[in-house]
Amino acid sequence: MAAKSNLTNMVLVLGVTCLVCSAVLAGAYAITKDPIDAAAAQKTNRAIAQVLPHFADAEYNEEGHYYTATDGDALVGYAIESTVVGFGGNLSLMVGITPDRVVYNTSVLSHSETPGLGAKCSTDAKFMDQWKGFNPAVKKLSVKKDGGDVDAITASTITSRAYAQAVANALAVFDKIAGQAKIAGQAGNDAVAGNEEIAGQAGNDEAVMPDSDRASSEKEEHSNE
Amino acid sequence: MSNKLRLIADGLVKNNPTFVLLLGMCPTLATTTSAINGLSMGLATLFVLVLSNMAISAIAPVVPDKVHIPVYIVVIATFVTLLQFLMQAYTPAMYETLGLFIPLIVVNCIVLGRAEAFASKNGVLASACDGLGVGLGFTCSLTVLGLVREILGSGSVFGYNFIGGNDGMLAFVMAPGAFLCLGYLMVLFNKFLKKN
Repeated sequence: MAAKSNLTNMVLVLGVTCLVCSAVLAGAYAITKDPIDAAAAQKTNRAIAQVLPHFADAEYNEEGHYYTATDGDALVGYAIESTVVGFGGNLSLMVGITPDRVVYNTSVLSHSETPGLGAKCSTDAKFMDQWKGFNPAVKKLSVKKDGGDVDAITASTITSRAYAQAVANALAVFDKIAGQAKIAGQAGNDAVAGNEEIAGQAGNDEAVMPDSDRASSEKEEHSNE
Repeated sequence: MSNKLRLIADGLVKNNPTFVLLLGMCPTLATTTSAINGLSMGLATLFVLVLSNMAISAIAPVVPDKVHIPVYIVVIATFVTLLQFLMQAYTPAMYETLGLFIPLIVVNCIVLGRAEAFASKNGVLASACDGLGVGLGFTCSLTVLGLVREILGSGSVFGYNFIGGNDGMLAFVMAPGAFLCLGYLMVLFNKFLKKN
C-alpha cells in the first residue's frame, strides 16, 4: 500500500506533514489563546471572591503573589496565593485574610493529591469549613496529631499538614504586608489613595459594564499587565 | 452500510481495546477513579482516534514505508495538541482532572495500533467507522470501570453520593483496586463473549 522509500519522497512527505501540522496548531493556538486566558482569569477571580467578603476592587501584587481587595477606601482583606509541597506534588491555595488577621476562607487552586484520600482537601466539607473564620490567635495552626486545632482528613495527615503549612505561610505574608503598612504609616495611606486613583483611571478607559464585579475584574486584568 | 456498522460493533465488542486487546492500560488504570473521569478520558481518545484514523487513511498511499511511523506520530500528536487547546479553553475543569493523561494519548498504543493495523490499509470512511467503534469500546469500558470503582471506592455514581459520607472502600480508588476491578470485569466480559 505504502509508497516505495527514497530520499526525496521521505524528506518531502515528512517535511510537508510537519509544516501542515504546525500551521494547523499555530492557527488553533491563536484561536484558543483568549478563551484559555479568560478561563484562567475567571478561575482566579472566582477563588478570590470565594475567600474574601464582598469587595469592589482587587489589585495584584506580583512580588508577594497576593491580591489586595478594597471596597472604596476601605481595605477588605488580602487574598494570598500560597504553594507548598503536599503528598503528591505542589498544593496551591488561595487564602483570604481580613485586616484583623483572621482567615476568612480558603480555596484550593491546584493539587496533585491522591484521589479519594488527600484530594478530599478540595471537596470534604468538614475539612474545608473549619478554615472559615479560623483565628490563629485563638486556635493553634497545626493538625491535632501535632498538638494543634486543625482536624485532619482521615488517612491524609500529610496533605492536611501541608494545608495548614500553606495557611501559615499565607499568614506570614500577611504579617509582612501589615508590617510594611505600619512602617510606611502616614505615607502609606497617601500611596494607597494614589494607587486607587490610577486604578480608577484605568477603569474609565474600559467600556461601561452593568455588573460592578465584572468591571472590577476587568480593571484588575488591566493592572496585571 | 452494514459493513460499516459491523466495523463499529467489532470495535465495541470483538476488538474491545480494554477487555479483549488489552491496549492502553496506563490511562485505563490511572484515570478511572470515577465514572466521569473514565468517560471524559474515553471521549478524548475517541476524538483523537476518529480524526487520526481519517487523516492517516487519506495520506497513507503517499507516505513512504520507512518514515510512516514518524509521519503517523506527528499527525496523532497534532490532533492531541488540538484537543488539549480546546479542552483548556472550553472545559478547564475537565482538563485539570485529566491533566497529564491528555498528552499521553499520543503514545497510547490504541491510536497508533489502529493507524497501523487498519487506517493505513483502508479507506477514509471505513477508518472513521473503525475509529468510532474502537473509541466507543474504549469509552464504554473506561466508564464501566470508573463506575464500579466509584461505587465501591467513594460510594457515589457520577459524583452523586448515595451513602451519605465520604467513606467508601478507599483501596478501589487507588491502584490496587484498579487492577482488581479490571481483572474481574475482564473475566465477566470474556465469559459473556464466549457464550455468544
